[in-house]
Amino acid sequence: MSAEQTSLQFRANAARAINDPQLRAALRNATDTFGQRRESAFATLPDLEALRERASAIRLEVLNHLPAYLEQFTANASAAGAIVHRAADAAAARELVAGLLKARGVTMVAKSKSMVSEEIHLNPYLEAAGIEVVETDLGEYIIQLEHETPSHIIVPAIHKSRQQVGRLFAERLGIPYSDDPQVLTRTARAVLRDKFLAAGAGLSGANFGIAASGSLALFTNEGNGRMVTTLPPLHIAVLSIEKLLPSLRELPTFIRLLPRSATGQAITSYLSLITGTRRPGEATGAEELHIVLLDNGRSEILKGACREMLKCIRCGACMNVCPVYRTVGGHAYGWTYPGPMGLILTNLLAGMETSYPLVDASTLCGACVEVCPVKIPLVELILELRRRRVRDGFSGSATDLGMRLFARAASAPKLFNWGERLARICWPAVRRIGGKNVAGRLPRPAAKPFHARMK
Amino acid sequence: MRVQLFGTCLVDALFPEVGEATVKLLRHFGAEVDYPAGQTCCGQPAFNAGYRAEAAAAARHFLDIFAATEGPIVTPSGSCAAMVKHHYPALLQDEPGMSGKAAAVAGRIYELSQFLVGVLRAHERGFAGRGRITYHSSCHLTRSLGVREEPLALLAALRGAEIVPLSDATRCCGFGGMFMAKLPEISCALADEKAGAILASGADTVTGCDSGCLMNIADGLKKRGSQVRVAHLAQLLAEGL
Repeated sequence: MSAEQTSLQFRANAARAINDPQLRAALRNATDTFGQRRESAFATLPDLEALRERASAIRLEVLNHLPAYLEQFTANASAAGAIVHRAADAAAARELVAGLLKARGVTMVAKSKSMVSEEIHLNPYLEAAGIEVVETDLGEYIIQLEHETPSHIIVPAIHKSRQQVGRLFAERLGIPYSDDPQVLTRTARAVLRDKFLAAGAGLSGANFGIAASGSLALFTNEGNGRMVTTLPPLHIAVLSIEKLLPSLRELPTFIRLLPRSATGQAITSYLSLITGTRRPGEATGAEELHIVLLDNGRSEILKGACREMLKCIRCGACMNVCPVYRTVGGHAYGWTYPGPMGLILTNLLAGMETSYPLVDASTLCGACVEVCPVKIPLVELILELRRRRVRDGFSGSATDLGMRLFARAASAPKLFNWGERLARICWPAVRRIGGKNVAGRLPRPAAKPFHARMK
Repeated sequence: MRVQLFGTCLVDALFPEVGEATVKLLRHFGAEVDYPAGQTCCGQPAFNAGYRAEAAAAARHFLDIFAATEGPIVTPSGSCAAMVKHHYPALLQDEPGMSGKAAAVAGRIYELSQFLVGVLRAHERGFAGRGRITYHSSCHLTRSLGVREEPLALLAALRGAEIVPLSDATRCCGFGGMFMAKLPEISCALADEKAGAILASGADTVTGCDSGCLMNIADGLKKRGSQVRVAHLAQLLAEGL
């Protein structure tokens, strides 16, 4: 899968995924496991609802005063020794990062998992500029070897079986085939260890920026994030502007919610708080820290009816429970972010014209709303995007006409009943036109409709 | 007690027997049933597809008909009840004249099992039941309307029937209204998954409170060559009176 956006082909992408039994088994196993772990992790936590309310309120507070929090974050991070940049869009962010690396003669960077770097297509840009990028998160490393993109925001290689990973490692790393996860992990670790030590810079994202202290908070499990951010002399962190928290006081709410929602862990193996650069007497830490705050359309989203989408803390719980995601996987969505949060963000960030089929990728079942730790009204937002699609003329003239007829008939009982009768009379033709996909799945209309029986 | 029945368009055209079972049940428990003439569709197909003006046209028609009546409005569909209860007030909030009607009607609407249990206390008496029954809890019924216990209470009152659990019971069946037509491959895959769970439950009957979901499930079962019966809860209860 290339970086090319294929959201317009969602239905075809989905149909291909549905016919891939290996993919579906991998998705089913992984999403079931994460769903169950999430449930048991929350089972021991009192008053989840109050916690979600608090998390939502904190995120809204940040969004409601975002310019002030950004200013505060920038001032405090700078005071701690970081250099803070603002990037208006993806191109600006890419150029900024590449410029920093080139100016320092960096030829290889070690990277920890970052979805925002996927959003701005940072890796291909750096590689084109002659800089080697090494993904050090195991899942990201796997898909980098395969030249793919993540298909889940937390579990990038969720679509892969361990047998596939075994074959990939044997082929690309020249080791004997093994599908034992321990052997594969040890192999990756040995390869990556050298990369950490040789890398001229570390690239990371951040789960949160803390406005009151200028710190970056990173939740990781493999230890690679800590090495990326502390071993190389230069650390560049890219995060989108909305990912701020007011202060460290608010962090515990998210320590409770984020790992539980994401992987069902009570806490991740590593929780890094990075405040500025290495100080005299400190043994670790980058000597130079650059923080790139990416807008890329978010200030506009903030002004509109979908602003609550920016509360998202990227836990991935919504996709694990989404019947559509579970069936088709992340690549079908054709851009960076999949699942319920992904289809909304894709639409808002990449634009209606490149992604309008995605707004259909929901049964409106509401399973995502139930698990969202920050209470984003995902179904309401999807309905809002569908409204915009009609408004912007992307629903198709046939549907437009059909819906105008529906509206007329729904307000005129005689016409409505006549339509029902017509459907019955023409049923063989309707079935032929509707094909096996639609009309073929409906029973034939009743000879005597209910309203006639109630006369 | 006099109740107003909203049959829904799906029941009207495709499943009149569900409407008849609903009437039989309501009457049996002492309600007088009015069926306001001229009713059509709640407008959900248009609303869910993003056609707000078209949905509002259907909503206005619904309100013109039902606001002229009194007493509870009962419908054998969780999804349509949720539309009237939650989406009408927002859809018509800027229309003076209509917003008041929307709020009043939203306060009167009941999904059938909700009314049978909450108002008529039908679950307190027994119904004749048989076989092994499993239950699909529809998404809008449970998550939007919050009706979770009522259908279970009614099922428990089916004496002689064994109620068997359904694995992944809260997972969507893949109907989703227009979703079924827009993304048929995914819809069919989900219906097939649901059919698999129903077959694994060992039930000879699957029931639920929404004809749309049941229709999609029936198709999933048919494609697996299954003989499992698909029936609306109203039908099972009416048969057991």
